[in-house]
Amino acid sequence: MSSIDITPFDLLPVDRGVAAKVGGHDVAIFRLADGEVLAIDHVDPFTGVPVLARGLVGSCGDRVVVVSPLHKQRFDLRTGACIDDPSISVRVWPTAVIDGVVKVDTESVAGAA
Amino acid sequence: MSRQRIIVVGNGMVGQRFVDRLIAADTALQYDLVVVGEESRPAYDRVALSSWFDGRSEADLCLVHDAHLAGDRVEYRFGRLVSEIDADAHVATLDDGTTLSYDHLVLATGSYPFVPPVPGHELAGCFVYRTLDDLAEIKAWATAEGRTTGLVIGGGLLGLEAANAVRALGLGVHVVEMAPYPMPQQLGEGGGRMLARWVDSLGVDLHCGVAPKQFVADQGGRVVGLEMSDGTVYDTDMVIFSAGVRPRDELARVSGIEVGERGGVVVGDDLMSSAPDVSAIGEIALHDGKIYGLVAPGYEMAGVLADRLTGAEATYEGSDTSTKLKLLGVDVASFGASALDGDDVDEIVYHDPINRIFRRLVVDEATGRLLGGALVGDTSGYELLTALTLGLADQPSDLPAYVLPASVRPPDDVALPDGAVLCSCNAVTAGSVREAVAGGCHTLGDVKQSTCAGTSCGGCVPALATLVKVELQRAGVAVSDALCEHFDHTRQELFDLVRFHRYRTWAEVLTAHGTGRGCEVCRPTIASILASLSNGYVLDGDQAGLQDTNDHHLANMQRNGTYSVVPRIPGGEVLPDQLIALGQIAKDYDLYTKVTGGQRIDLFGAQLHDLPAIWRRVLDAGMESGHAYGKALRTVKSCVGETWCRYGVQDAVGMAIRLEHRYRGLRSPHKTKMGVSGCTRECAEAQSKDVGVIATETGWNLFVGGNGGRSPRHADLLATDLSDAELISAVDRFLMFYIRTADRLQRTSSWLEELEGGLEHVRRVVFDDVLGIADELVADIERHVDTYECEWKATLDDPERLSHFVEFVNAPDENSTPVWITERGQRVPA
Repeated sequence: MSSIDITPFDLLPVDRGVAAKVGGHDVAIFRLADGEVLAIDHVDPFTGVPVLARGLVGSCGDRVVVVSPLHKQRFDLRTGACIDDPSISVRVWPTAVIDGVVKVDTESVAGAA
Repeated sequence: MSRQRIIVVGNGMVGQRFVDRLIAADTALQYDLVVVGEESRPAYDRVALSSWFDGRSEADLCLVHDAHLAGDRVEYRFGRLVSEIDADAHVATLDDGTTLSYDHLVLATGSYPFVPPVPGHELAGCFVYRTLDDLAEIKAWATAEGRTTGLVIGGGLLGLEAANAVRALGLGVHVVEMAPYPMPQQLGEGGGRMLARWVDSLGVDLHCGVAPKQFVADQGGRVVGLEMSDGTVYDTDMVIFSAGVRPRDELARVSGIEVGERGGVVVGDDLMSSAPDVSAIGEIALHDGKIYGLVAPGYEMAGVLADRLTGAEATYEGSDTSTKLKLLGVDVASFGASALDGDDVDEIVYHDPINRIFRRLVVDEATGRLLGGALVGDTSGYELLTALTLGLADQPSDLPAYVLPASVRPPDDVALPDGAVLCSCNAVTAGSVREAVAGGCHTLGDVKQSTCAGTSCGGCVPALATLVKVELQRAGVAVSDALCEHFDHTRQELFDLVRFHRYRTWAEVLTAHGTGRGCEVCRPTIASILASLSNGYVLDGDQAGLQDTNDHHLANMQRNGTYSVVPRIPGGEVLPDQLIALGQIAKDYDLYTKVTGGQRIDLFGAQLHDLPAIWRRVLDAGMESGHAYGKALRTVKSCVGETWCRYGVQDAVGMAIRLEHRYRGLRSPHKTKMGVSGCTRECAEAQSKDVGVIATETGWNLFVGGNGGRSPRHADLLATDLSDAELISAVDRFLMFYIRTADRLQRTSSWLEELEGGLEHVRRVVFDDVLGIADELVADIERHVDTYECEWKATLDDPERLSHFVEFVNAPDENSTPVWITERGQRVPA
């Protein structure tokens, strides 16, 4: 896997997101309370504004979600699907934490452009 | 064919209801109407007359749609009387000599207050309680220098209402009633005596079983006392007569229309008088030997007459006079043969002098059938009992249990019959409420809007809410008080749990009482509760993950992802140098600048990474966070007050600043707004705020529960003439009680509307401390005041907190680039 280093894991706020630049793309990265790290597009597909990393993290049934801060649509952090509008989804970015550093897979950038 | 003309004589509640019903029913456009009203203004809600003293305006009380006033179907002639009717010629003559021909004439002249012929009853300072003009005169007299006491003649419904008004004007009050206890016909002896206990406990001097002899005057001819037949003299500065009403039938008499022995125009089931094409409705009509002094029967007559005139078959067959109401805040109800006594009847009685509850059910001695009853202090079960009395449902075998008050009665599962009247003001039955729910109304608000139930006096709202809930459950519609899927509790329950267990973190609350990871509903709710109770920095520990976007960056996100910056400008008072500093900041960062409705300045278009630098400069200019981003106190709007204004009577700005400094940053279920006006001209629009303060000559009047926005609501008057210290203490208690008990995102206005016991309950919690929590409420506020810190100052002082204000964590120098355009010389989102 080809990936880039984003930030030390310890600097990520718990149950919140941060935004990062990944090969020219805006990516929202979330650290959950149990230590899992998930990433999706940062740009809100409903408005085109880069804000998803600033949404609230929570759960909807078994799904882990982030809520868009603009109009409150919920996105599944594992699948990228929008729960409130099944026709809309955002891209999921594979992540890993290696030696205390958060990494995002960049290969999917090429495949998804 | 030209339209026929109906003349309506009298523009009171019933006359106006007839106009509304006729216009609605007359789809064939058969009629034009002429309405002749004695008062100078269109019909208004006389039942809610006393609320004028609480700040409801004439416009609020008005019952006539503007469209009718300006329309071509109805011609209103105010300030006029009809002096004679020539029924044979079908011509009415007005007091200015005009004559009007008619095809049908409706007598709706109502009644006038009876003034007993006690010597001295015409002295200056003697009033009746019937019209808005009467109330204005009473208020002017009562609030003049040196007036301390009022006296009301008559201890009935209207008399006690008048006594309450006198009390609310800040005077002591006597009530004189000839009968041995109040409301004998409605409540009987046991109920009347229990009501007397309530009245006494509320600070009204009630004198029953006594007869007035004469009024005493001073040398200027003003009333100063009432001498009783036993020689006792009650000192008073004013007198209000409320000793019943008499039908205004003089027009019928001079026109040769048949009237009853004791007055009232005799009508049949068709509501027609003895004269051709002349009908009578409301308190003027004598039907089957009865005159009804309530508005609901009058409304019923108005509906029947409108139906008949537009071709429908309808007859009036008398009205049920069962009533449930609040008298001086006390629940009182009577139904059926409520005061009946004697050999043929038996009674089931509950008498509790400790809680001042009296409930009496009258039953037929032979059959055990319920005939009526009186309820004082607890009117639960009224709707069902009334329906049973009217034979609308089968009498349950455990009828005797219904004499018990709600607090000790086992829950009953007898469904209210469809015919039972739930809202007597608007004649809405349980059946119509069920239809509304079945038709898709799934909230209390929808049902109110669709059926009009609960929209007049509001007394039926608790019963209405219960019925709606039961019907929704029956229909399989989920009714849950749970906050969200993660917590089964209401916000109020969670608040109590957090307070009791002294939780300090989200993790503690979630582990103990929740499931899953939370969501956009419960996380900010818990964050707000934790902040209300501990007042720590809202982004520390695991609270950071709970905050809504705006709270998280201490700024309001706009539609293009940028933020607005709103410094606090307490009371709207700002130094010129601070204005210059804000102007310079706006220029340097190209921020769109707008003055807000709350008397402060909003700077739009700041990027996330610029927020700390912008706020550093705001703080350097001597300002602080305005909490525009939080569910917290926003602004305290003020007028300039006595410092500058020729009319001001108190320092409005000074008080506004004091309030704003005290409650700034206090997290609450929703945002709160306040206003302080320096005189009754009310330039600060305080009555549209959650907390409104209006200066008087001697202190401050406190209003609560006002709202602007989508559902405007005039604030209610909670207390009058408070000193500075009393005001602060009352606001402390009010605010914290709201914070403790309101639902998530519930403003004070809807909280007050839905709170059981309403304004009176708030008054008793705030001033009488009936819950025994006043000290706790004040202590919670004191702790907030002592530990308050500007959140932006706390952020700028801490490098770790500042790290949240970087847009891309791995590219600190890169920022997104919103697209801007220029409009009227300023930068706005494209």
